[in-house]
Amino acid sequence: MHQQEKEPYKPGKGERFPSRSSMVLYFLKGSTHYFLWVVFFSFCVSFLDMLNPKLIQYTVDYLLTAGQSTLPAYVGVIVAFLGGQEVLRAQIWRMAITVACIALLTGICRYLVRLLNSKGAEKLMRRMRDTLFDHIQHLPFSWHGENHTGDIIQRCTSDVETIKAFIADQLVMMFRIIILIAMGMYFMVGISPRMTIFSAVFIPIVLAYSMFFHNRIGDAFRHADEEEGALSAIAQENLTGVRVVRAFGREIYERERFETKNEDYTRMWIRLMRLLAGFWCSNDLISGLQIMLVTVVGAVFCVHGDITVGQYIAFVSYNGMLTWPVRGLGRVISEMSKAGISIDRICYIMNARVEGTAGETRKPPMDRDIAFDHVSYVYDNGSAEVLHDVSFRIKAGSTVGILGGTGSGKSTMMYLLDRLYELPEEHGSITIGDVDIREIDRYYLRSHIGLVLQEPFLFSRTLSENISITQSQTDMNKVRHAARIAALDETIDSFSAGYETFVGERGVTLSGGQKQRAAIAQMLVGMPTIMIFDDSLSAVDTETDERIRTALQENLTGSTVILISHRITTLMHADQIIVLDRGRIAEQGDHETLLQKNGIYRRIYDIQMAGADGNSGASTEAVS
Amino acid sequence: MNGPDSKEQQIIRLPFFGIPRLYPYIKQYVPRIVLMILMGILSSLADSAYPLFNQYALNHFVTQGTLVGLKTFILLYVGMLVLQTLNNFITCYWCGQVEMSVDRDLRNAAFNHLQTLSFSYFNQNNVGYIHARVMSDTGKIGVMMAWRLMDIIWNGSYILCVLVVMLSINWRLALYILALVPVAVVLISFFQTRLIVLNRKIREINSTITSDINEGITGARAIKTLVIERRIQNDFEKDTENMRRTSVGATHVSALFSASVTFLSGVALSLVLWRGGMMTMAQVMQIGTLSVFLSYALGILEPIQNVIQTFSELIAIQVNVERLTRLLSTASDVADSPEVIEKYGDTFHPKKENWEKLIGDVEFRDVTFRYPDGDEIVLSHFDLKVPQGTNVAIVGETGAGKSTLVNLVCRFFEPTSGTVLIDGRDARERSQLWLHSSIGYVLQTPHLFSGTVRENLRYGKPDATDEGIWEALRLVSADGIVRRMDHGLDSDVGEGGAMLSTGEKQLLSFARAILADPRILVLDEATSSIDTVTERAIQDAIKVVTKGRTSFVIAHRLSTIVDADIILVVRDGRIIERGTHEELLAQHGYYHSLFTRQYVEMSLNEKHT
Repeated sequence: MHQQEKEPYKPGKGERFPSRSSMVLYFLKGSTHYFLWVVFFSFCVSFLDMLNPKLIQYTVDYLLTAGQSTLPAYVGVIVAFLGGQEVLRAQIWRMAITVACIALLTGICRYLVRLLNSKGAEKLMRRMRDTLFDHIQHLPFSWHGENHTGDIIQRCTSDVETIKAFIADQLVMMFRIIILIAMGMYFMVGISPRMTIFSAVFIPIVLAYSMFFHNRIGDAFRHADEEEGALSAIAQENLTGVRVVRAFGREIYERERFETKNEDYTRMWIRLMRLLAGFWCSNDLISGLQIMLVTVVGAVFCVHGDITVGQYIAFVSYNGMLTWPVRGLGRVISEMSKAGISIDRICYIMNARVEGTAGETRKPPMDRDIAFDHVSYVYDNGSAEVLHDVSFRIKAGSTVGILGGTGSGKSTMMYLLDRLYELPEEHGSITIGDVDIREIDRYYLRSHIGLVLQEPFLFSRTLSENISITQSQTDMNKVRHAARIAALDETIDSFSAGYETFVGERGVTLSGGQKQRAAIAQMLVGMPTIMIFDDSLSAVDTETDERIRTALQENLTGSTVILISHRITTLMHADQIIVLDRGRIAEQGDHETLLQKNGIYRRIYDIQMAGADGNSGASTEAVS
Repeated sequence: MNGPDSKEQQIIRLPFFGIPRLYPYIKQYVPRIVLMILMGILSSLADSAYPLFNQYALNHFVTQGTLVGLKTFILLYVGMLVLQTLNNFITCYWCGQVEMSVDRDLRNAAFNHLQTLSFSYFNQNNVGYIHARVMSDTGKIGVMMAWRLMDIIWNGSYILCVLVVMLSINWRLALYILALVPVAVVLISFFQTRLIVLNRKIREINSTITSDINEGITGARAIKTLVIERRIQNDFEKDTENMRRTSVGATHVSALFSASVTFLSGVALSLVLWRGGMMTMAQVMQIGTLSVFLSYALGILEPIQNVIQTFSELIAIQVNVERLTRLLSTASDVADSPEVIEKYGDTFHPKKENWEKLIGDVEFRDVTFRYPDGDEIVLSHFDLKVPQGTNVAIVGETGAGKSTLVNLVCRFFEPTSGTVLIDGRDARERSQLWLHSSIGYVLQTPHLFSGTVRENLRYGKPDATDEGIWEALRLVSADGIVRRMDHGLDSDVGEGGAMLSTGEKQLLSFARAILADPRILVLDEATSSIDTVTERAIQDAIKVVTKGRTSFVIAHRLSTIVDADIILVVRDGRIIERGTHEELLAQHGYYHSLFTRQYVEMSLNEKHT
């Protein structure tokens, strides 16, 4: 991530998408034809828009003032169709109806342009979202660790929007504007080439000015966005940390911090507004001057007899039609230049390699011994060794306890077993029933290992949906049973919505311990062959902890259980206990063996027992 | 779909678009707004006059074939353009200024008000919801008070001017266009209301998709371990497909809308051409006048559309106005009385010179308590004396309500009846800030602010020296953690302390509390995610720092609290036993069973060996 900030990612050779365009074309599959139709109908709209001024010109020149001149072929066709000049002069309503009909036709074409564009855009959007989401789901866990979640989310939301806008709005609009300008120029040249020069001379000026300005303002906008982000973060932190703020009585500090940032943000925007206001107004002035120039020059030409009155009226309206498109074109061009960055940011995700699938097709039985054989592991970022030459064997169907300090490599070991982390070839091997897990189908492996995470994650669905999320159907009996083993049934029953309580909805928040128990129930529903509890009872009190373990023992059907905990009481009944110290196995054996060893285990045992030392009389009394 | 924003559905209508409710916040900008309105009207006058120039050019120069007066014509035209540009520039700039200032003032007001609200407000509303009130509602209201208002002025006065000009030039022809106005209004309103509903739906689906993405990424590990990639993907695709269909549906409506507007303006054009053409042929009207009518006929529909759209946006904003003003008018259910504020100052203006030194005697006198959002009585006629320096432990099952007492001591909540006394006086007789400034609170879920380690540790004591900071870190055995970081005290902890493990965060927040040298120390299961050896070190530290301080320790590992001066045992939200460790064991009650259960297994094992 840090590396990325220094040098923005650019797609290169040998990757899935070697260039920006290859990825855009990939996303466009299935929606291209919509956009082609959009361009076609845009052409129709522009043409029809241009037709009406022509008809008005004709009406003024030939019907109202009885002039005689050559007509463009298509106007001639329409006039002939309407019954010829003489009939029209007597029945001018026919011309009026034609104008209305053309407007109707324009409306229909305009409707089609918008609808087809939306169809294409939404299809494109859906394809981008689905592909990205699917891709991200299949990226290795280490990739998730290396990239900030906030950053990925932003790429999936705002960068995707930017790309959609680039294709569906900007690209399409650019085509449309170019067609419109080209056609307008064509008609204008047809009326008077010399007058067209006066009109067209403004186009490069407006275009250049608009592009220059939008490029400049782009940076200012980005700064303002960053300021807003910073301000928003202050508010967010203040709200999530409201208890800390109050407990330390730091409201004044918080207020000053927020108001200072708020003032900066406001100032920045007001400065930006002045820039914007200046741009809008000066642009208005330029357009106004252009219209004035065309009016004056047109009048002079008319007086000199170079053009007719009707031509003058038509010319003025063509000129008016081009004012906005030209201004828009400048904006579109400068916005388009920014889409490249978003495309690169999406490319970065799409070009990341998904978890490998080559040569891992085996689906051996999983109720076999698990063996770690000289396993060492170093994170990709080259920090210190997390695991060093770890070897042990877990008998199928047995219960193993793992004890170790913070950062001793307990979780890493389990992530390796579940293949969340990939063990490199030369760093030892992990086998289940003598089959190297690197050869086992990844999803098969994971679905047979139930790993309850240290920090449980619940989905924003109901409790019953959460518990049964691994099942194809929600079997309420199974759900209740799992909840009972996880000692969560009473808690759930105390909620007014029971199992249909929505997790994460306002007002209903589960405590840390309740979340852990829900995650345990979630795992238990599937009764996987291998169960791993990665310190998953840390937020639960000892009594509940014991209840859960007892219920679990009663309901086990030959599963292998791995318990990671800081609590001796949780581990002491295990068939085998492994003590990890800074990535190495320090001690190994059952409770009694380890006690006699007088090592780390013994020390921790003594510490945890300390409270009971002076009162052993009382406790013994209770037992007897 | 069931997200916190499902309330977005509502359409609320407030009298005068809720402006009266906002008046206190916009009062100081009213003169400027009035000026803006006047200038806006001037600008519209100018806009509606341009076609008249064209008319003059046609009627005067073109038809009469003369160029006399062309210079004056150009000068007038350019002069008006320049003046209007200046006028527009100032209006736009002011508009931006008013928008941002209202936005800023509202945001400050909301943020500051939140600093005074009690915890029950934060328990009842989630952070995302409150955050949206502070950050996005305020912005929308700023836009409403500036740009939306100006939109109505600009477009409204333009329409009026055009109608007046048309009627005065040729009232008969003007009536034809006028007849179309009601049709346009009905048509536009029809589409507009439909579009509001559809757009709202789209926003809602959009937020569902965003939270899907959020879940898919933050929950990546859980999804992988549960092997539910396919299921999550299917659900996601359902939402994206729903989005696609709804968006296309909305475009269908808005495209029909723009098509009908196009057609309607075509009708206006043809009406003018027909009637105007006949009038021109009959020499009743000049060609220039016809031309000016043609351009008005084409130009009047857009402002009508704008006005209606602006009104519908104003209606849509009412929800935001309502929510924000409700936040601003929410009274805190823990508030200092005017007398207390008079003497000790309020949250933002403390009168520290009047503050007595806090000693640390705490007493509950006949306290009955019920959470404001609950109906169960948690404490009933509870009495407890905690003399200065006493170490109180609170034990019980997860979720049994152990934090209640602490919340009362810290005055995060107030008793439903009875009194909590601090140093012999009702806690309500002194300001909250006075109390909070002398309390150290370490939470179960530690919260760090983004910034450096130093900034975080200094949070409770801004003037702490580095030596003092290291001293506190040593006390809680966190000095090693900080020393191992790349930049020591200057290391960045990341957003919400994201760069640290839960255990490390707990240790740092513990050090932060110690550093402030509080008179009353609260440890709310502060050591649950720390490994045994580190916890042992902390426990030694706790013994040192609680000496001479009143302290409340919430714990579920009983070994941590056997030395406490008094132990309170909580079950189902009620305190059922109290006493020292020995007394409680002798009672053979719930504590006894909790305690023996925690150690019985080991004792048994020892017997067997």
